[in-house]
Amino acid sequence: MTAATAQDAPQERNGTARPGSRAEAIRIDNLHKSFGDLEVLKGVSLTAHEGDVVSIIGGSGSGKSTTLRCINFLETPTSGKIVIGGEEVQMRADGTPASRRQIEHIRQRLGMVFQSFNLWSHKTVMENLIEVPVHVLKVPKAEAIARAEKLLARVGLSDKADVYPAFMSGGQQQRAAIARALAIEPRAMLFDEPTSALDPELVGEVLGVIRDLAAEGRTMLMVTHEMKFAREVSDHVIYLYNGRVEEEGPPEQLFGDPKSDRLKQFLRTVG
Amino acid sequence: MNWLLGLFEPGHALGLLALDPPGWGGPLLEGLLHTLEVAAGAYIVGTLLGVLGAFGKLYGGPLVKDIAAIYTTAVRAIPELIEILILYYLVPDMVNKVLLSLGRDRIDLPPMLVGTIVLGFVLGAYMTEVLRGAILAVPHGQIEAGRAYGMTPLQIAWRITLPQMLANALPGMANLWLNLTKDTALLAVIGFNELTETSLQAGGTTKAFMLFFTAAGVLYMLISVLSGRLFALAERRARRGQPSLRGGGV
Repeated sequence: MTAATAQDAPQERNGTARPGSRAEAIRIDNLHKSFGDLEVLKGVSLTAHEGDVVSIIGGSGSGKSTTLRCINFLETPTSGKIVIGGEEVQMRADGTPASRRQIEHIRQRLGMVFQSFNLWSHKTVMENLIEVPVHVLKVPKAEAIARAEKLLARVGLSDKADVYPAFMSGGQQQRAAIARALAIEPRAMLFDEPTSALDPELVGEVLGVIRDLAAEGRTMLMVTHEMKFAREVSDHVIYLYNGRVEEEGPPEQLFGDPKSDRLKQFLRTVG
Repeated sequence: MNWLLGLFEPGHALGLLALDPPGWGGPLLEGLLHTLEVAAGAYIVGTLLGVLGAFGKLYGGPLVKDIAAIYTTAVRAIPELIEILILYYLVPDMVNKVLLSLGRDRIDLPPMLVGTIVLGFVLGAYMTEVLRGAILAVPHGQIEAGRAYGMTPLQIAWRITLPQMLANALPGMANLWLNLTKDTALLAVIGFNELTETSLQAGGTTKAFMLFFTAAGVLYMLISVLSGRLFALAERRARRGQPSLRGGGV
């Protein structure tokens, strides 16, 4: 990332008390989700304020990815309330969104980063970055390209603009995917286990980019297995167990002084 | 060069293929043109029906799914010759019924138009299945990324699903095209003067059946070979971004 951006951003974020006055970026109330008879989310609530980095941790099947994917309705919740930037998503009684338009509008403001990158394989990196700005957000193409070039420089991929995703390493693909998310100038970013599909030696380069974004004061919601990283960059950490929030709090408290036995057990297991 | 042209003079072995009467070369080429026109028209109709059918089968409501299922099952189960005969009499009849009910006069539909519609309708059923399989082969994450960024279903279909499925679909689509160019010969039964019908006429008139059937065969083969090249080029373009199976980069 560029030095200028770093200077604009708050330098030290960890452990600082969150002022309660900042606006809510994302709020989930009492979210339920069932797949058939299997209830995956049993009433999850969470709030991310503007500029917050919120990490969701938990074991396999705890519902952390499902929670994240319900926010932009990649999964349809069974019931509950979702408020994005003060705008409540209108849902029918069965949890399906009442207005496809509203969902599309909300999605256009949330930059999603997937575990398996999901860059569009028939488009070059540059085409991936300008696809949504040009064709969905109707940004003039020249402007979108100029912005994309800056973003590529920022994630260290300036030389890859005309390369197809399949010809890059996983780490490069994920950095390009993060740039794609940034290209829509999102209000908040959603990370769904962004380093889980990477070879160990490539994890660092992706975490470096995310760390820069956190330092810049971006609102981010992140499902992750990288405990050390979550502790370092998060303002708030949520531990999910079996579809419920088992414990949550600032990272020092959650990692340093866990209250729940399940969380203690979980932290021992993951290291 | 002169000896070659000499072969096509009246009285020589290939004189019957001369472009000017009494040679049949002119009508044969015209037949070839009709064949290509009908095949191209039917391919466009069939591909459009196939796209609708494939998306309908995959993403449609119960009614759309049922209609698509009946369409593909019935059309693919019945011999094409019978379908052509049925539709050849049915389509003009239906059109005229509509026209009469509107107080208009009957019209005679040109065989070319009926042939195009009929072959396109039949092709659409096969195309539906080729495209459906190709769509299913598009990785789910590609479509999900489109949804996650607020693209409309139409944008996702047009900008992501269709370009990505094309690479998977083109081998099957090329097969259908080759079959189609030859199925146009079935239109001979309704008297449409495409290549086969013309060579039948030429053979009947001159009794040189072998000559004209061979000439027709050569022309059909030319269509196949040339269009095979085009499909190969199209597939290479559609596969951009995919590492070659043989390795070696883009």
